[in-house]
Amino acid sequence: MKLAKNAKGKAPARLKSKEAKTDVEVRYDLRLYVAGQTPRSLQALTNLNKICEDHLAGKYRLQIIDLLKKPQLAAGDQILAIPTLVRTIPKPARKIIGDLSNTERVLVGLDVRPVQ
Amino acid sequence: MNRNLPQTLPKAPTGIHGLDQITMGGLPKGRPTLICGSAGCGKTLLGIEFLVRGALQFNEPGVCISFEESAHDLEMNVASLGFDLQKLQRAKKLVIDHIFIDKSEIAETGEYDLEGLFIRLNAAIDSIKAKRVLLDTPEALFAGLSDAGVLRSELRRLFGWLKNKGVTAIITGERGEGTLTRHGLEEYVSDCVILLDHRVQNDAVTRRLRVLKYRGSTHGTNEYPFLIDEHGISVLPVTSLGLTHGASTERISTGIPDLDEMFGGKGYFRGSSVLVTGSAGTGKSSMGVHFADAACRRGERAILFSFEESPQQVVRNMRSIGMDLNRWVKQGLLHIESARPTAFGLEMHLVRMHHLLEKIKPKVVVIDPISGLLPGGSEHDVHGLVLRIVDFLKHSGATGFFTALNAEDDLQSTALSISSLVDAWILLRNIEVNGERNRLLYVLKSRGMAHSNQIREFLLTSRGVKLRDVYLGPGGVLTGSARVAREAEDVREETRRHQAAKERELAAKGVLEALDAKITGLHAEKLAKETELSNILDTDRAQRGKVLAEREALRKSRGMMNQTAVRRRRP
Repeated sequence: MKLAKNAKGKAPARLKSKEAKTDVEVRYDLRLYVAGQTPRSLQALTNLNKICEDHLAGKYRLQIIDLLKKPQLAAGDQILAIPTLVRTIPKPARKIIGDLSNTERVLVGLDVRPVQ
Repeated sequence: MNRNLPQTLPKAPTGIHGLDQITMGGLPKGRPTLICGSAGCGKTLLGIEFLVRGALQFNEPGVCISFEESAHDLEMNVASLGFDLQKLQRAKKLVIDHIFIDKSEIAETGEYDLEGLFIRLNAAIDSIKAKRVLLDTPEALFAGLSDAGVLRSELRRLFGWLKNKGVTAIITGERGEGTLTRHGLEEYVSDCVILLDHRVQNDAVTRRLRVLKYRGSTHGTNEYPFLIDEHGISVLPVTSLGLTHGASTERISTGIPDLDEMFGGKGYFRGSSVLVTGSAGTGKSSMGVHFADAACRRGERAILFSFEESPQQVVRNMRSIGMDLNRWVKQGLLHIESARPTAFGLEMHLVRMHHLLEKIKPKVVVIDPISGLLPGGSEHDVHGLVLRIVDFLKHSGATGFFTALNAEDDLQSTALSISSLVDAWILLRNIEVNGERNRLLYVLKSRGMAHSNQIREFLLTSRGVKLRDVYLGPGGVLTGSARVAREAEDVREETRRHQAAKERELAAKGVLEALDAKITGLHAEKLAKETELSNILDTDRAQRGKVLAEREALRKSRGMMNQTAVRRRRP
């Protein structure tokens, strides 16, 4: 399942497709790998949406990949831990594993300076 | 199927030479097995061979999850052992997935699990309906992820999951300090644990394998040497063959007619093991070659393992005692295999022998000298090696002939450790008298047959080995020129004795003749005396008759008057 998501507005804690907005300048390409709708996955998504909203508004694109449905995609990004957030752009790729509960670490991991 | 019999543990044969013997049939089917050992001891290879042989021999496809090497590296590494992983992957018999974590590009925040690993593994297994799985050192994950607690519990979950999935799995683990694996995986994988080890001894590496634990099954508990060569892994069970070999009553020639005589006129038992010990230059090799030559003459195949000479050298040297080995080599009956004892460890030697024996299937095997292997290992190791060779030969029905070198003053010690393993033991020794060195041979033991207790002199002639009776002189046995001198002396002695007898005979005859002559003389004398006697009597009788006649005449002349007076005077 592929979900392109606009960061505007409150993100629902659901893994659901939404129309992607293509007119924004994409500087961050993110993929979140999950395995089914586990509480941890939903938690990660909630946390991620919040972080993106706060710090990357309008500059990112997010794909959510459910490995239960597409297990063959796991090998490409060397996914092992669930959930894993992969930043494919800008290069080099970065991975953040866990439920993304620590905002500071996520931002450091994504190499994003907090907007302040 | 007998329902009363308890269900035994189903096993997945590894197809690895020897390992199935030790584990009595293979690894526990549908369960994980832990293989641990230090770096470079062959864990990955054992796992890969398990998968490859499963795919090729038992139609069980396999999945390899490698946490260390990339698929390409793995393919390259095992190609030298004759495994074509790419072909197997194309044939949907094998899937290789390389899982790695680069700590530098990973940040951790919050809770996570390793569901991704499960999903990948599951997808790989389902894609080819795999029955076997190799997880090559999952402990490598500990280097990439900082939350050891999560890893631990996830690995535990993984092993349980594998069991539920019903795949036969091998998990490899690096040996840790004081533990079997660095992170204690043995706590979670407890059905079967195999320990690999390699040690350097006298500059030669010996790899060893031990089944530490096998839940629900008996197994060989010893440390077994194993080897990695171009055929993959070979484990060499020492005792698994047991003492169950048959015993032939057929006798085969030693190749030396005089020696056959010493073994009741028939030679060795077929399938027995013969040991010849002796000091340097006593003719051990020549005896071995004689034996091999005799086998070839019967049309049987023979192998000569030479640890001292190259094949050409053996052929050339044996020509000097009238042996034409080249014709047997050309006919394919004789195979001469040469190797320096120090070229490899003992196990490598043994495996090379095994491979050759299985390929050629000889009836006679000569190992010259088995003591040449001593520098390659301790006496204990050599003992084990000889035991395995003897067992193997006996099982294949081949007759083994081993030579062993001793120090001159220590004739039985080296052989002592292996002599109990052999059926016949021949001792060769040098003796040094009168400025020359000669060889003696005697049969120390020969199980199950009458054999000579005589010491013989052993001669290497241009027409092969000959045995001679030895002379016992006042100073011990006589050999060599002393024996020849003694033989000549005997001839002279005999001549002298004969002549003396002749002389005595003549003398006696002379005496007899003289006596005869004497007897003839006496006879003549006796005759003369008898004649004389009869003459005397005759004369006497005649005389008396004359007197009587005269008296009668006188009486008649006197008349009858004086008759009474005459009668009175007459008496």
